[in-house]
Amino acid sequence: MTHPANPVASDAETAATQYLTVNLASEEYAIDILAVREIRGWTPVTRIPQAPHYVLGVLNLRGAIVPVLDLRLRFGLQREEYSATTVTVVVTVAGRLFGVVVDAVSDVLDVQADGVRPVPDMGTAVDTEYLKGLTSVDERMVLLLDVDKLLQPQDAQMLEAALPAVTEVKAVA
Amino acid sequence: MSSTGGLAQFQQVFIEESLEGLDTMESSLLALDDGGDGELVHTIFRAAHSIKGGAATFGFPEMASFTHEAESLLDEVRGGKRAIDKPIVELLLRSVDCLRGMFDRARAGQPLNDATSDDVRGELAAMMGRAAPAAAVQGRRAGDQAEAWIIRFHPHAGMLAGGNDPLRLIRELAGLGELAVEADLSRLPALAKLDPSECHMGWSIELKAPVRREDIKAVFDWVEDECDLAIEPKPSAVVTPAAPPAPANIAEAAARGTREANADSGSVRVSIDKIDGMINLVGELVITQAMLDTFREEFDPSRLALLQHGLTQLARHARELQESVMGIRMLPIASVFNRFPRLVRDLSQKLGKQVKLELHGEQTELDKTVLEKIGDPMVHLVRNAIDHGLETPQKRRAAGKSDMGTLKLDAYHRGGNIVVEVSDDGAGLNRGAIVGKAIERGLIRSGEGLSDEAVGELIFQPGFSTAEVTTDLSGRGVGMDVVRRNVSDLGGTVTIRSKPGQGSVFTITLPLTLAIIDGLTAAVGQERYIVPLVSIVESVQLKPEALKTVVGGGELFRFRGEYLPVLRLHELFGCDGAKRAIEDGLVIVVEGDGSRVGLFVDGLVGQQQAVVKSLETNYRRVQGVSGATILADGSVALITDIAGLVRLHGRRKAA
Amino acid sequence: MAKILAVDDSASMRGMVAYTLRGAGHEVTEAENGQLALDAANGAAFDLVLADVNMPVMDGISMVRELRTRPSYKGVPILMLTTESHTDKKMEGKAAGATGWLVKPFDPEQLLATVKRVLG
Repeated sequence: MTHPANPVASDAETAATQYLTVNLASEEYAIDILAVREIRGWTPVTRIPQAPHYVLGVLNLRGAIVPVLDLRLRFGLQREEYSATTVTVVVTVAGRLFGVVVDAVSDVLDVQADGVRPVPDMGTAVDTEYLKGLTSVDERMVLLLDVDKLLQPQDAQMLEAALPAVTEVKAVA
Repeated sequence: MSSTGGLAQFQQVFIEESLEGLDTMESSLLALDDGGDGELVHTIFRAAHSIKGGAATFGFPEMASFTHEAESLLDEVRGGKRAIDKPIVELLLRSVDCLRGMFDRARAGQPLNDATSDDVRGELAAMMGRAAPAAAVQGRRAGDQAEAWIIRFHPHAGMLAGGNDPLRLIRELAGLGELAVEADLSRLPALAKLDPSECHMGWSIELKAPVRREDIKAVFDWVEDECDLAIEPKPSAVVTPAAPPAPANIAEAAARGTREANADSGSVRVSIDKIDGMINLVGELVITQAMLDTFREEFDPSRLALLQHGLTQLARHARELQESVMGIRMLPIASVFNRFPRLVRDLSQKLGKQVKLELHGEQTELDKTVLEKIGDPMVHLVRNAIDHGLETPQKRRAAGKSDMGTLKLDAYHRGGNIVVEVSDDGAGLNRGAIVGKAIERGLIRSGEGLSDEAVGELIFQPGFSTAEVTTDLSGRGVGMDVVRRNVSDLGGTVTIRSKPGQGSVFTITLPLTLAIIDGLTAAVGQERYIVPLVSIVESVQLKPEALKTVVGGGELFRFRGEYLPVLRLHELFGCDGAKRAIEDGLVIVVEGDGSRVGLFVDGLVGQQQAVVKSLETNYRRVQGVSGATILADGSVALITDIAGLVRLHGRRKAA
Repeated sequence: MAKILAVDDSASMRGMVAYTLRGAGHEVTEAENGQLALDAANGAAFDLVLADVNMPVMDGISMVRELRTRPSYKGVPILMLTTESHTDKKMEGKAAGATGWLVKPFDPEQLLATVKRVLG
């Protein structure tokens, strides 16, 4: 069930970007389709020690070790039991692969650049830091996710906190 | 030029083989300096010669001209016109350095010559008693010219045997212009005496073309000594010489100077034998697979034995192929060892010590990645040995030893590991000084009751050398903790044995490869962890009374006369559902970073080879975990890093 | 197209020669030194041999001398790959039985032109 990243839309819609929409706690979020590598049904992962609570573990994606995070936990929402519709969306950001567990995938949207509005700092369950903006589709509100931020920057800080020894390493003369 | 298209790959090969050639030159020069034999001069000459020939062919004229100077000097030595002495060796060593620099710049796409290379080139020329030749292109001397030529060509009898066919030469002449050829059969013997493999004919040829004499001579250049040849202008056909040919195109010469930057390709050179071996294996694998394929069509129970045989074959081929593919990454340690003669020579001269370097096991192969990373720690150990281990000639004499100290590098296989030893016959560790410093640094309270082993361990402790002495090369044990950490990053260990007055031996133990490890699979709750076999000493089942709890020291148990801490993996990694009672589980005695600990797990569930995958590619480094692997069922298991676990445990305890 | 034996201890030089000749449609066998070349020449009929002069184990000149003692290699063109500064090597090669030489450095065009010159 790989989802090929569609080539950029036709010339008529120059400013349009395609997004994959996913459901999470009765809200709809959209992920830039160019970042989506694969959509797979939920399968158990291998837990990793010292990981932030929202990092569920790692899975084997054709030989690559890929971390998987639960988007509900990432956003501080209530954890939900995984069901038949629970999916892992594998995205690639800056050459790194990671999986994002969401309640379900729903649709592919064409979003015009001028149809994106900034996120007001209220009314959403999610920290606006992870959002690029919002748009409306048929009266529904869709939140555009900034996938680049999902594994950052707190994780970088946590990494340093977890490994104070690393910073002490000096090069050998 | 040849740097375009598929030929560019050979430029890369050329750079690699030249760097090897430079290593050979360097080691031979050093051996020569130690009074080596004349054969070394030939080796050095051959290396220089190859670099020169290739440099010009692959578009590095600056390098060709530099090497030419060195080669000329070597040629005089080789020809006995000049005796080899220290200044010459010195200058040639510096030439080697210059060329290395040029190759580095070639890779980076920078101009090849720099001030140093110009200087050394000048010195080479001066040594030969002349100024450095200007890099001007000499115009070819124009030959005589005529409107038409008469060529008398009479091959010697043996010319045919040398592979030169007179008809070919005449055809080539015809390429210059119209010919009128007349055969001269005057030397033809009687048929009975005629040897068909010899040439008996001659030719008189009139070439009706206004070419230069040089052009005609060029046709016959290979057979000059194998024929009677006369080239004369046809009477009344002489013309005045034409202007000399235009000098070489300057734009083209400039274009050669700016080459595309050649990224370090990170390639491995593989011997044909290894590749052939692999091709054979693949061949066998294909045959077995074809045989097994027949079972797809129909399976008759009577052929069960055949199927079993096929599967056994398949397993064997897969294993052999794996070994063989891993073998590609294996390279002899010689490339690392070869750095040391120079280092030892320079350093011992600087410190006024006499050091004889012995290299053993240079052909021992290890993984390319390990090879690339083992150099720095070894340099550190070698420096340390010369700096602190070996004494000055005076001190050695006073201790009843010969003036010349010995530094030995040795590499060999032991079990699934590579062992690299750096040993010296110097003074050995100064127990008093080390203990004193360790007390001063707050590492220990007193040296009483410390075994020699434990004292040796002290120099590897992170706190042993502080920042203030890290920059000071003469401080004892400088940065040994960094050496240990570097080796530990490679999955290896480093230890020291030392005897006062007799010397020290540093032993680095490394895994054969980083890509695949042998490991035991340990269960902790529902989770599975791989424990590298190389770190495992033994596993034991403890009774509750064997466990001692120390305030601030956690749990300890007695193992072969020493107390080892218990590291509960479920606690360190936060695993659910794990066994807690010590008697229910298993304690695996493991070794990492020079210390032993007992790793408490639920039990062992199997042994397997694990293909090591990085967690950092997509995630990040995790303390206590060296990587991940994929189990037979497709799930992921983490590989434990013992040294990391020990550090993690230490911090938990302190917290 | 011709069967050619290319002998050079330098992998880059040998590679360049073989690559160029194969590109021109020739069938090329490579050998790392004179001894391996002699082994390769056993039972194989080459139309042309290109050999470096300075090589470990067995140099090009000894190789030519040895090759010429074999009846099947009498008259087969053998070209030495030599460097400008060593005219004496050219003569030594000739005396050993080489057909001619190609002076290093050479580029692919020069190589092909020389090979064409020998093979016609």
